[in-house]
Amino acid sequence: MHSAEAEVRKHIRTYLMIGAALLVFTVITVAASFLSLGVAGNVTLALIIASIKGSMVAAIFMHLNHEKRWIYGSLLLTVLGFLVLMSVPMFTTMDHIGTPVVVPAAAGAPGGNDAGHEAH
Amino acid sequence: MEIPYIVHERPDTGLTNGKLGIWLFLASEVMLFGALFSTYIILRTGAPVWPHGQLNVPLGALNTVLLIASSVTMVLAWASLKLNDFPKFRIYQLTTVALALIFLVNKFFEYREHLGHGKPPSASTFDAIYFTLTGLHGIHILGGIVVMAYFLGPGARLWKKNPEQFANRIEYTGLYWHFVDLVWIFLFPVLYLL
Repeated sequence: MHSAEAEVRKHIRTYLMIGAALLVFTVITVAASFLSLGVAGNVTLALIIASIKGSMVAAIFMHLNHEKRWIYGSLLLTVLGFLVLMSVPMFTTMDHIGTPVVVPAAAGAPGGNDAGHEAH
Repeated sequence: MEIPYIVHERPDTGLTNGKLGIWLFLASEVMLFGALFSTYIILRTGAPVWPHGQLNVPLGALNTVLLIASSVTMVLAWASLKLNDFPKFRIYQLTTVALALIFLVNKFFEYREHLGHGKPPSASTFDAIYFTLTGLHGIHILGGIVVMAYFLGPGARLWKKNPEQFANRIEYTGLYWHFVDLVWIFLFPVLYLL
């Protein structure tokens, strides 16, 4: 029992350190947004930093660094399901991704402008 | 009849029912938010121009700090139960609820400012995706607050009857709460900074 308590106390130190690291990474996230890397570059960099932060939360706070294989299995299924679902719309628009959508002028037709494709 | 495996792990999976249940629920949540994130990325990369400086970055950054801090206090609340320190659990859990409430108050002011500038969800693609993602996330925050308030109120009676089961329930609540934090970790840069 005594060693179990010592183990929890050790974990508490880790939780505090991870919390501090997450705050540092938040500052890095804001700073990185000022870099001019283009849309794709900035989105990629932001997602990389967010992934590092997310991994810390998942691994330490959610204890995924020492979880049972059933949990890993269910998460693997989630990733596979997610990829399949995402690939469906991706396949239909693959030739458009990264290409600005040009909305033709409404030419006097009321309601002819598709708000769904509108970009400001 | 008593429900089995709510405190002790099942011999075949090595998990309690609740833990497997919450992870399966979180798996469905990954699909929900993941679909919306992908929608954002497709719309964002395909847009000729995208609005910048529409959102209050300092307030968004403050909300990030609040949620990270609440994740720390949530895990400390669970650790306090593992150390049999119920008064400390209450302090940490109350702090988590307070931080979550401040987050929602900030969000209210942000929404008011945004709508005050004449930008409802129907104003543009950006506004539509902004309100959808942050609104859905806000509902999750509210749900977390309700559950945590329950465990601070009537649900806390379980601690006296079955402390291990109570600690397990707090662990599941924590898993949900960390997920909500994790979603915001992605939402903040994507919506506020890019």
